[in-house]
Amino acid sequence: MTTITKKTQNPTAHLTPEDIEQLGIELDAIRQDILDDRGDGDAAYIRRVIAVQRRLELASRAVLLGSALPPLWVLGTVGLSVAKILENMEIGHNVLHGQWDWMRDPKIHSTTWEWDMATPAEQWKHSHNQVHHTYTNIVGQDNDLGYGIMRVDEDQRWHPMYLAQPLWNFINACFFEYGIAAYDLELGRNLRIPKDKRPAEFKANVKKVLGKIRKQATKDYVVNPALALPFGAFLPTLAANFTANVVRNIWSHSVIMCGHFPEGVETFERKSIPADETRGQWYLRQMLGSANISGSKAMHVMSGNLSHQIEHHLFPDLPSNRYAEVAPKVQALFEKYDLNYCSRPMPQQVYSAWHKVVRLSLPNGWLATTNAKNLPSQLKLLYAMSTKGPKVRRAASARLEQQARRAAAA
Amino acid sequence: MASISASGPVRGRSAGITLRSALRRVAESAVTPLELHDVLDVFHPLRGGRPGLQGRVVSVTAETPESATVLVKPGRDWAGHVPGQYVRVGVDVDGVRLWRTYSLTHGPRRDRCLSFTVKAIPGGVVSNHLVHRIRAGQMIQLEQAEGEFVLPVPMPPKLLLVTAGSGITPVIGMLRNLFSRRVPVDTDIVLVHVNQSESSAMFRDELRAHAADGHLRLVERYDDCHGILDVDHLDELVPDLAERLTYGCGPAGLLDALEKHHADRGLELTTERFRPMFVDMDGQSGGTVTFADGREIEADGATPILDAAEGAGVLMPSGCRMGICMGCVIPMKSGAVRDLRNGAITVAVPGETGPQGVPIQTCISAAAGACHIDEVRAKRGA
Repeated sequence: MTTITKKTQNPTAHLTPEDIEQLGIELDAIRQDILDDRGDGDAAYIRRVIAVQRRLELASRAVLLGSALPPLWVLGTVGLSVAKILENMEIGHNVLHGQWDWMRDPKIHSTTWEWDMATPAEQWKHSHNQVHHTYTNIVGQDNDLGYGIMRVDEDQRWHPMYLAQPLWNFINACFFEYGIAAYDLELGRNLRIPKDKRPAEFKANVKKVLGKIRKQATKDYVVNPALALPFGAFLPTLAANFTANVVRNIWSHSVIMCGHFPEGVETFERKSIPADETRGQWYLRQMLGSANISGSKAMHVMSGNLSHQIEHHLFPDLPSNRYAEVAPKVQALFEKYDLNYCSRPMPQQVYSAWHKVVRLSLPNGWLATTNAKNLPSQLKLLYAMSTKGPKVRRAASARLEQQARRAAAA
Repeated sequence: MASISASGPVRGRSAGITLRSALRRVAESAVTPLELHDVLDVFHPLRGGRPGLQGRVVSVTAETPESATVLVKPGRDWAGHVPGQYVRVGVDVDGVRLWRTYSLTHGPRRDRCLSFTVKAIPGGVVSNHLVHRIRAGQMIQLEQAEGEFVLPVPMPPKLLLVTAGSGITPVIGMLRNLFSRRVPVDTDIVLVHVNQSESSAMFRDELRAHAADGHLRLVERYDDCHGILDVDHLDELVPDLAERLTYGCGPAGLLDALEKHHADRGLELTTERFRPMFVDMDGQSGGTVTFADGREIEADGATPILDAAEGAGVLMPSGCRMGICMGCVIPMKSGAVRDLRNGAITVAVPGETGPQGVPIQTCISAAAGACHIDEVRAKRGA
């Protein structure tokens, strides 16, 4: 993708500043309707989800005591995976967004909640709620765009190390919770600073993250397996917990990739965002910078209703059970203002996001100009670009882009 | 954790405690990041040792068309009460937890339940919910009983009780307790019970039955047929009031008059006031914001409290500054703020909004009256 200001056809070019402010007013009205209607039913919903999640987790862990028997292992692992996904997605993520703060229940509140995740709630609220939700899809400012380790935009210069980015992305998916913790800490940036110049806050935060990881690992890889020891199921339980964590990580990574990465989602240049961005402009950026996943009710719940990523980004503090209800109204506004409401089923969005990861791991234009016939010569070119230094790389890049443009024009 | 006392077989006991705390630590580490209490709540929300007392509504019985008695089974840690005391109750109304205070309308019961009687006030969010909508089986939050409005021990020979409206609620608890004793009380009791009309009188039939049984002398006064009670003429209703120890409970007007009346005559009086709490606000024009360390700033009605506080040098937690990240949420102990996005008013009244106050987002809230704010964010327990 290319940041919208560098595109030949800016998808917001047809909107006047007045249109954008009007759009903001109409979105505010949608939000207000839900606020006015919020009540008993919503409170009952989140309490029910929490009760179901806790029972499911306890039951799964009980089943895993007998996980020396393969069918019980499978049953317990599936149950635990689902429980962990619910805990992170529909409960943890949304509670930490303050979606349920209005209930004034100190047990279900963004200031008191802690979740089953390597990163402590307090740090995640900063990096996710504050940085990602405020600076959504601004290249260089929103770390959710590639987590600082990937090439996410054609405008970023290609380097051979990006060839490995599909692999990085897969590893990041498997150990997503640790990836998140690392990027909440801005680990990469901070490790580049000499030790004595790192902010004191960084040191304190590292300590908190390590403390949290230790507690999490003790639970999943020591205490619960040890409880299964008398039933001869130490290793199976350990394996089950590991599997459930990986399943949860891959699932949440996929859902989140679908939210901002598929084709059709726009990114923004830092310098194109005015310092005094209005509410309408902010809304517009959220609309263009997010993508939805269409699907069943079960899929929405398992994704923490992040399948309604567009609605979530517009109204991050509305209760998640209401996104489905506002989605048609939001979509109608997209149509009214002639904007692209990016929504596809999960497999297509995941494919689209991964396709982009692969495409951008290669030099601009390489994938577009490659076919079965010219594959050997293209591979040779890629090899040369990877090994022969920047001069060759620049020349080859220019040629590839030119060829791709010609092919597109033809 | 339990402390170890010096007496007794110290070794065995400390070993027992160590084992128990060790088991507890294992259990805690098996359920982290939840606390063991969160897990136990799934099975037994009324168990002892739970942080925060809860109760389950057993029944709701109408007293009059606009009042009802709520019977609650409290958690194990309920320490009991003395008749005349009150309890703070947290109720989820339309999904929002609100706190109110109600007098307990029973003596200690054999089934360990507690009850309180609520009169639905016009426009009263919680009272109407409790009278008309709450159902058996629902959970409510509780605190331990409090209050000094209790009968003396030993009992005086002669007692005068003056109540108006829902002011009867602590008194009915006292009376029920007295009359249910196996040994009848030897006190001569007069109850002056004031209500707007006969139909709105709570516990009317029960009180009449007690009067018929000779437990007390009941003086019923109804504004609509007797006119407003003039306290200066109380001695016409109770000629020997100077010989009586007086307890009064009801609206401020009546209690003020009663206090003056008794003070003028040098008589002893114990009262209980139901204070309706008001917040000084008009919803618009800002106000004085007081912080935990006593610092005060003037904030106008259009500036977020976060900006106003930072401008005055108060260190505040902050985040996105646009109302989405919840990084600036801190509790308001009392006062009122206005959401600058949609004008919604949030009010915190001590005693009516949870013990920790109402958490607010300071980056989108402007003062809408005098506010008390704790700028140190509430942290989850260790």
